[in-house]
Amino acid sequence: MRVALFVTCVNDTLFPDTGRAVVRLLRRLGVEVDFPRAQTCCGQMHANTGYRDEAVRLARRSVAALRGYDAVVVPSGSCAAMIREQYPKLAGSSGPFADAVAQVVPKTYELTEFLIDVLGTTDVGAYFPHRVTYHPTCHSLRGIHLGDRPLTLLRQVKGLELVPLPGAEECCGFGGTFALKNADASAAMCADKVRAVLDTGAEVLCAADNSCLMHIGGMLGRQKSGVRVTHLAEILCSTETAGVR
Amino acid sequence: MSVTFLGMPADRPFPRNAARAVRDSQLRFNLRKATRTIRARRASVVAEAPDWAELREAGRAIKEHTLRNLDEYLVRLEESVTAAGGHVHWAADATEANRIVAGLVKATGETEVVKVKSMVTQEIGLNEALLEQGITAYETDLAELIVQLGDDRPSHILVPAIHRNRAEIREIFAEHMSGWGRPAPEDLTDEPAALAEAARLHLRERFLKTKVAISGANFAIAETGTLVVLESEGNGRMCLTLPRTLISVVGIEKVLPTWRDLEVFLQLLPRSSTGERMNPYTSMWTGAAEGQEFHLVLLDNGRTGVLADEVGRQALRCIRCSACLNVCPVYERVGGHSYGSVYPGPIGAILTPQLRGMGSELDRSLPYASSLCGACYEVCPVAIDIPSVLVDLRSRARHPWPERAGMAAAGWVLERSGRLARLQRAGARLRRLVPRRLPGPLGGWTDTRDLPEVPKESFRDWWDRTDGGRR
Repeated sequence: MRVALFVTCVNDTLFPDTGRAVVRLLRRLGVEVDFPRAQTCCGQMHANTGYRDEAVRLARRSVAALRGYDAVVVPSGSCAAMIREQYPKLAGSSGPFADAVAQVVPKTYELTEFLIDVLGTTDVGAYFPHRVTYHPTCHSLRGIHLGDRPLTLLRQVKGLELVPLPGAEECCGFGGTFALKNADASAAMCADKVRAVLDTGAEVLCAADNSCLMHIGGMLGRQKSGVRVTHLAEILCSTETAGVR
Repeated sequence: MSVTFLGMPADRPFPRNAARAVRDSQLRFNLRKATRTIRARRASVVAEAPDWAELREAGRAIKEHTLRNLDEYLVRLEESVTAAGGHVHWAADATEANRIVAGLVKATGETEVVKVKSMVTQEIGLNEALLEQGITAYETDLAELIVQLGDDRPSHILVPAIHRNRAEIREIFAEHMSGWGRPAPEDLTDEPAALAEAARLHLRERFLKTKVAISGANFAIAETGTLVVLESEGNGRMCLTLPRTLISVVGIEKVLPTWRDLEVFLQLLPRSSTGERMNPYTSMWTGAAEGQEFHLVLLDNGRTGVLADEVGRQALRCIRCSACLNVCPVYERVGGHSYGSVYPGPIGAILTPQLRGMGSELDRSLPYASSLCGACYEVCPVAIDIPSVLVDLRSRARHPWPERAGMAAAGWVLERSGRLARLQRAGARLRRLVPRRLPGPLGGWTDTRDLPEVPKESFRDWWDRTDGGRR
C-alpha cells in the first residue's frame, strides 16, 4: 500500500514533530509512507475566510500532489474535513478537477481513522506515562465525525491515565482567522476551555489538530500553567525505548 | 428600492459590539447560565425521540418543497383565508406592512393594541411605527414585557430578556409598570413567582380592556388557511381570542402546504426551542371567528431575494426555534445585541446580511461572527447548513485591503512548495526575533496567548535531510 502523508502547512512549518511522529508510527506498524513534496496547504484558511479563488488554486495543487496513492493520511481533523467536505463543493460536478477530487476524497483519512478503519488496530504499542486529557476539535468531531476513535487509541496506551475534559465538545475559539477577526470573543472562548483543562488536573492536553492546540496552548503558556499540549500522534508514537525527538 | 429594516440600528461592526459585551461579566454570567440550562434540556428531550433524524429530514424536506413552490402555496393560503372570512394583505417591505397595520388599527377607532410575542413585528419595527401614528402597542409575552418596560431590545429569539436577571427584572417592574398600566405591588420581591404574579395582574387588566390584537404566526397552512401560534404562557391565547379585531403579520416563508405537515413541526419546534416534549399552548385559528374581524398581512421584506440565492435560501427554512443560539459558543459570550438585528446568533449571522444586504460594516462582519464549529448545524431541526452559508457569504463580502494583501501573499507563497520552503528557512533563521506581541490586527491574538516557538527545521527539510527519517 502506497500511503501519502499530507502533513499540512501548519504542521510542516510550526510543528514538524507531529509529522515525524506520524512517519515513525506508521513505519512501526509496517506502512510505507511517502511525502509528496509538491504539497503545501489544503486552502482552508482561504476558503473559510472567503477567498474562494485562492482556495480553488490550492485545492487543485493538493489534489494533484496526492492523487495516485492508495491512501492519504492527514494528522489534522480540520484539514481532512476541508478535503472531504469542501473540495467536492469547490470542484463542482464535472471536469478534470472534479474527477481528481473524486479519486482523492474517498482515500483521505485522518490519522486515527487510518489506524482503526484501515489498519484495523487500536493498540499501536505506545507508552506514555502521563495524565492526559483529550479535546475533540470541532472539525474532527462534527466535520469528519471521528467519534471516540482517538479515545479508543488513547485507552490502549500503556502508562497513560486518561481524564475526561468537561465541556469537551465546545469550541476552543480558534476558528482560523476567527481568532484574529473576533479576538475578544475568541479569547473568551479560549479562557473557558483553559479553565476546563486546568480543572482536569491533566499534565498533557492532546488533540487531533495542532492549530487548536496552538490556540489553547498559547493561553496555557501565557498563564504559566505548566500544562503541556501535544498532538495525539506524538503520544501514539512514543514508546518505552524511544521518545519522539 | 427601499432598504430592508430589521428592527435594530446597524451602526458598529460585530467585533466591536462583541468586545464590549465580553467585558460585561453580569451579562456573560446570565447568558451562560440560561443557554446551558436550555441546551441540556433540549439535548435530553431530543435524545428520547427515537425518530429524531427522520423528523428532522421530514422538516427539511417539507420546508424545501414549500419554498420551491412558494408562489403557488401563498396564493392557496390567500384563497383559504379569504374563504374563511379573513382579509389578506400583501406587504413588500417593513414600511408597507407598518402602513397597512396602522391603517387597520385606525379603522377600528382604537389607539391601543395588545401583542403576542412576534419576531416579525420586531423585524419591521411595528411598535415604533404605530407610536408615530398615535397608537400604543402593549407587549404581553412576559419576556417582551420586560424588554418593553425596560426600554430595551430583545436579545434572543425565544427568551428576549435572556440578558436580564431577576433582580434587574424586579427593578424594571417596580420602576416602569405604573407608566404602562397597573403598577407593580409595593412589596415586590425578586422571587420568580412574585414577578410572574405582578406581570399577570398587570397584563390581565390590559387584556380585558383592549379591543385590537396583533400577532405573528409560527405556521400558516395553505390548505385550510389556518394560522398556528405555539407559546408557553397563555398570553398568546388571550390575545388571539379576546379582542374584536385580530391582525396577524406573517413572513411569507411561514406557509406549510397541508394540515398534515404541521404534525412534523409540532414535534420539532418545542423540543428544539424550549426543550419540552410539547409546548403548553398551541392556538390555531382559521379566518375570522364569530364577532371578530381577522386580517392577515403577508410580509416579504427581502425574503424573495433570499429565495433567489442557491446556497443562502435554506435560511428561509428556519422555524425560529433558537436551538442554534443556545448551542453557539460565540452567542454565549457576546449576547444577542451584538448582532445588530432582531435575529441574533448563527441564524441571524446568515439571515440578516441576506435580508439587509452587505452594505454596512456590521452586515459585512456578521458572516465572520462564527468560528465555524458546526454546533448550530448539528442542532438545527430543519438541517440548515449554517457554516456553509457563512462561508458562501464570506466569499461574497468586500474584504478590507490589508487582509486582501495578506491573503494574496499567503496564497502566492503556498502556490509553490519551493516558496514555502524558502519562507520556512527564513523563519527558522529569524526565529529568535519573533516578537512576543504581534503588531496591528494580529495583536488581538498575542494579547492573551503566547506564540508557538518557530522550529529550527521544517518538516519538509527534515524529510529531505534524513530521507524521511531513514538516515
